[in-house]
Amino acid sequence: MIYVFDQSLEGLLTAIFEWFERKPGAVRLCSTLHYQPDAFSETLFIHTDSEKAGRVWKGLQQRLSKEWLRKLYCCFLSEQEEAFVAFFNCCCILFKQQGAEQNYGDPFVLTVAKLARSVEREKHRMEAFIRFEKAEDGLFYCGIDPDFNVIPLIAGHFTQRYADQRWVIYDIKRNYGIYYDLRQTTEIFLENGLQLLQQKEKVQQDEKEKLYANLWKDYFKSTNIQSRKNTKLHVRHVPKRYWKYLTEKQPE
Amino acid sequence: MSERLREKLNILADAAKYDVSCSSSGSNRKNHNKGVGNGHISGICHTYTEDGRCVSLLKILLTNHCIFDCAYCVSRKSNDIERAAFTVEEVVELTMNFYRRNYIEGLFLSSGIFKNADFTMERLLRVVKKLRLEEKYNGYIHLKTIPGASDELIKEAGLYADRMSINLEMPTESGLKLLAPEKSHQDVMKPLGFVQQQIVQFTEEKKLIKHVPQFVPAGQSTQMVVGATPETDKDIMYTAEAFYRNFSLKRVYYSGYIPISNDSRMPLIGSQPPLLRENRLYQTDWLMRFYGFNVREILNDSHPHLDTDIDPKLSWALRNLQYFPVDINTATYQMIMRIPGIGIASAQKIVKARQFGRLHIYQLQKIGVAYSRAKYFITCADTPFQLRDYQATQLKAFILAESQSKYLKTDRQQLALF
Repeated sequence: MIYVFDQSLEGLLTAIFEWFERKPGAVRLCSTLHYQPDAFSETLFIHTDSEKAGRVWKGLQQRLSKEWLRKLYCCFLSEQEEAFVAFFNCCCILFKQQGAEQNYGDPFVLTVAKLARSVEREKHRMEAFIRFEKAEDGLFYCGIDPDFNVIPLIAGHFTQRYADQRWVIYDIKRNYGIYYDLRQTTEIFLENGLQLLQQKEKVQQDEKEKLYANLWKDYFKSTNIQSRKNTKLHVRHVPKRYWKYLTEKQPE
Repeated sequence: MSERLREKLNILADAAKYDVSCSSSGSNRKNHNKGVGNGHISGICHTYTEDGRCVSLLKILLTNHCIFDCAYCVSRKSNDIERAAFTVEEVVELTMNFYRRNYIEGLFLSSGIFKNADFTMERLLRVVKKLRLEEKYNGYIHLKTIPGASDELIKEAGLYADRMSINLEMPTESGLKLLAPEKSHQDVMKPLGFVQQQIVQFTEEKKLIKHVPQFVPAGQSTQMVVGATPETDKDIMYTAEAFYRNFSLKRVYYSGYIPISNDSRMPLIGSQPPLLRENRLYQTDWLMRFYGFNVREILNDSHPHLDTDIDPKLSWALRNLQYFPVDINTATYQMIMRIPGIGIASAQKIVKARQFGRLHIYQLQKIGVAYSRAKYFITCADTPFQLRDYQATQLKAFILAESQSKYLKTDRQQLALF
């Protein structure tokens, strides 16, 4: 039996609902992206139903601590096929046995915990490595392309922290972003957002932007202790794929 | 004007970099007045220098003019270096603009002592007050307590700072007297004790009255220089332990001495900083704070130095083989944490997972245990039965053969030809 769902969280939760309604035994979960018809097994296309999904989520809320709900959500945000399968199976076990999330000997539980950890790490890295640039009209902007879809996780942090400046964080890979207008944070979608952010030169920068970028580069250089140089450790902490964000890593 | 600012920043950031304290954790200050900034409970490292140390705070001195002449310090009076001083406005402007661009997590402000302690402390206080009150800045502030400053100034500073610290500099009084005759440990202990007492008092009051302001919410820390004077690891860690105990410090930092002067009392310029030793001291510090080890188990009169080739936890296990092997499926959490190759996260997972059935080797490996190291010290559901007991030296040889130290240039197994 193959369950095919539409990659949305609601679709995934509906799939869990359908499994309990039909009890078909072992099921292979598959997203529409990776689905390939198979001559020997039946296929069920899950019709995303927010009511069914809501009931499953409510059930999870009753059974799980906040910490574990977040783990499941993070696991979902990793957008990986493996994550969906682990999410699905993990929830099926959870509804059958109360407290099963503690069973780290189980491969699905362990996968959820591991992927959630990677997503949290990516989220933390984004909180650390985002570098705003100030535009002429006072808007602080930054484009990112994180490994996982972490914007829903970082929105709260940036809203609380930068409450008195307007800012935009835009996910170039997934083509959506968040905008804070001094009152609230809203999701935005720019039709030409990609070009706008990729051609940074075209944005009118604040006159002092260059000065502070240079001061920061200077600071980065002078705080380094040459005799302790340890490039391996440096690269482990700041992997090279993030260097493109970092002001201090840009050539003068 | 901007050129001069760049110059100043270079000089004063360079002078501050030997202070290794970098954490921005422990404060949950809220952005309550719709200003800018808040505390992040676990801290955020915004970047890392090329030597692999984290940069989370804008770490600068207010000035590197100093009336003291401590031999281990670059800013000592007798040293012929460029001197500079920031104005209060410059520090505030730098902090705010870096913070708004998400470059930093907060400000670390220290200073050389100019004129006298009170004068310096008052200047530091003006910076933090301007940030908090005028700029509505709620981000992290780490402030140096200036030894000898009056209690009123220190108390007021504590109301605005998140963390305060004073450096012990040398692990023993005799070491300090040798290199900085004007200073003593007593000077450090007095303000540390004063701030500690205030923290306790404010938390007590907070229980009764809701609107008591926060006082140094992220606690205090200190730093010791390692390798400048001939102390043993035991001296260093015993001092650290006493300070953790007496002053409820959040952190003690160990800074490997980087030769900066031709003073005959200290290592020569050009000699390597003791990075490995520093690493081992931090490992011991962690064992003490998180793994439930008593410092006397790791370091004592018969064992005053930490091993260089193996870490302190493994070293303890090899000296105490009577406790091993430990059965993963029945042992207490405290004992599981003491097994080499098992960390806190793995230990917690093991304790939870074993409620659902006896754990096997493949599960331990999946959970994240360093099995190649732990296997000599544990038994689990499918551990192969073994007739002979190995000696500590044999186990050490097995483990060393499998692992590679990043600190050793040549492999220990291979003899040098020439």
